[in-house]
Amino acid sequence: MSFLMKRRRRNWSIFTPSPVGMVLSYLPLLGWAFVVLFPLYWLVVTSLKLPIDVDSGPFYVPFVDFKPSLHAWHYIFYDLRNDTFRPYWNTVVVSLTSTALALSLGSAAAYALTRFTYRPRLGAILTFMGCAILAIIAVNLRVPWQIAVVAAIALFIILLTTIGRRFKRALGNNDIAFWMISQRMLPPVAVVIPIYVLFQRLDLLDTWAALIITYVAANLPMVVWLMRDYFQSVPIELEECAAIDGASRYRTFWSIVLPLSLPGLVATFLFVLVFAWNEYLLALFLTSAKAQTLPLTIAAQNATRGPQWWYMSVLILIMIIPVIGMAIALERYIARGLLIGAIKG
Amino acid sequence: MSVADRTQGPTPRGSGLEPPSALSRSLDALAARLNRRAGTAFLLPGVLVVLFLSIFPLIVSLYISLVRLKFVKGGFELTFVGFANYAKLLVGIDHVHFLGLLANPSPLGWLVFGLVVVSQVVLLVQYFRTGKVSVAGTVGRIVVALGVSAGAWLIVHTLSPAGRPGTVVVTLLYVFVGIIVQYLLGLGLALLCAQHLPGRRFFRVVFLLPMMITPVGVAYLFRMLTDTSKGPFYPIWNALGLANTSWVTNPWGARAAVMIGDIWQWTPFMFIVLVAALESQSVEPVEAAVVDGASRWQIFWEITLPEILPVSSTLILIRLIEAFKIVDLPNVMTNGGPGTATESLTLHAYTIWRTLDIGGSAAVAYMLLLIVTFIGVAYANLIRQRLVERA
Repeated sequence: MSFLMKRRRRNWSIFTPSPVGMVLSYLPLLGWAFVVLFPLYWLVVTSLKLPIDVDSGPFYVPFVDFKPSLHAWHYIFYDLRNDTFRPYWNTVVVSLTSTALALSLGSAAAYALTRFTYRPRLGAILTFMGCAILAIIAVNLRVPWQIAVVAAIALFIILLTTIGRRFKRALGNNDIAFWMISQRMLPPVAVVIPIYVLFQRLDLLDTWAALIITYVAANLPMVVWLMRDYFQSVPIELEECAAIDGASRYRTFWSIVLPLSLPGLVATFLFVLVFAWNEYLLALFLTSAKAQTLPLTIAAQNATRGPQWWYMSVLILIMIIPVIGMAIALERYIARGLLIGAIKG
Repeated sequence: MSVADRTQGPTPRGSGLEPPSALSRSLDALAARLNRRAGTAFLLPGVLVVLFLSIFPLIVSLYISLVRLKFVKGGFELTFVGFANYAKLLVGIDHVHFLGLLANPSPLGWLVFGLVVVSQVVLLVQYFRTGKVSVAGTVGRIVVALGVSAGAWLIVHTLSPAGRPGTVVVTLLYVFVGIIVQYLLGLGLALLCAQHLPGRRFFRVVFLLPMMITPVGVAYLFRMLTDTSKGPFYPIWNALGLANTSWVTNPWGARAAVMIGDIWQWTPFMFIVLVAALESQSVEPVEAAVVDGASRWQIFWEITLPEILPVSSTLILIRLIEAFKIVDLPNVMTNGGPGTATESLTLHAYTIWRTLDIGGSAAVAYMLLLIVTFIGVAYANLIRQRLVERA
């Protein structure tokens, strides 16, 4: 990992291709740049077309092939203003809040996993799971859920203080980390049904809270995974000095560790934000109208009169411009942040 | 975790000159107490979130997949039905949708199947010859060999001319074709971009963009682009005489459109990490090789590739896990159609959910979880370890 901390000045001479090699390198690079940029260009062009310009075959260059018009932009921003701005505002609030929460909970957990030692007892975990399952079964046997939960907690405490102590086998930090990170493997569709039922019970369906809570849970493993490796690469000596000077662990974390890990935090922030910003499946299940986010608005555009490409292009454009702007600004951080995660695995 | 707890808590204060007041003493005691509990305070919130929103729902989901759930006024009713939801998928009325229409494979299909089985047997025999045989290793490898053979059997039977792939096979297709193409493209572009070329930074930023675009947007974008009569490639289709055909009405055309969209979106992920890995590669071996007169091909094969193998293996693992969740692209681009030709497993679960068969939907989701876990664990333990060791 040390080579990431100190950026070595690279000897470029051996990586400079010959003139022929240079031409041969530019061809595929420009080719792929075209593959990437042309769809985006087409998006912009389509957003400036009148329906008739779209329907009568492809026109490529505004002012030359067709007369550009802002009618689609006007329609989305003026005629549909509430139907555009509400989902937009929902998306902004939900993704920023959930990212901030996931980042704070996740980096705290990640830090804890690199700097403290945990030895959770296997027996305690098994007892806990057993009690939880018993509670679920009890609820399904029509026991009121309040009673079931209280009974399960009581049973858990009793068992823990009696039998649970006899099991000496314990897990370590790596097991906890693996457990948390492996949650990323979980397909969201496998957990969304109980979450739907839960939020229905709590009357939280179609609210910001439902989406924020779910996104935090979905993105937490990602944060733990990326930040844990970052914290491991932060030298411990500074923290030791802080401790000797009497700083509490919270203080150390807040004013020494976090500022030092800023590049990692930025990369993780962007990554998690993009996930929340673009998320589709969970929002599809958990919202219907009030808290609908932009991906759903876009997906719902396939109206009865067939897809109206001009409106859709505007919507997609206003949705991707902020993230693309951020990506361009933070490109350096993303690559390095992800690389650290990928090296440690 | 050797570094753990080397930072001790603060040494007790209050050794000042004046005697501390009762209030500040109790505050100090509280602070010290909080500080001792810091480990719990840091970790517990995260653990609780994961526990309550991943693990419990997972357990409940397992239970729901074993019941029939009916919405009644003011709530719902559960009837325990055992494995009926799963049976429906594997042998019952939904098996054509889930597994696909089985038909006798062509000779080529049999050949592929035979090769897969033989390779699995060879791998098992190799393992037994190493002399480092453990019970867990043996059981794991036998399970993997059986799983892979069963998967191959299903694939050759549903991809034969008379058969029709179900959502399992379609999802596997998306995942494997997607990852292979994305990795190769990403690696090729990364190798080009890691050279000393003017304008590298421009390419790096541009190549990153598709990853940031919402998959729903990508889906519509590619619907526009693949439109043969109004799309930008109309002149090409017209010249080929295909202007009136549509990708989306042909099962393989529709699947190809979904895969192209997925590849367009996720090649950047492979690319940026591989570029970063290539640029942080140590220079000395390459310099030495250049001095010794090694060709570029040799340098790539003998020095660069082994060095980026560990990163590559993790990258592939991440994409493997994420790719199985594909749903937005097929849902928006083709609506799963024609018929169910482009449906992924997640979309399958969602369509069943829309018919209010909640138990059936949970069963599909659990089958997906099983497949992801099986392939993920098999990859991480058998292939990835080998790749990392080789490096």
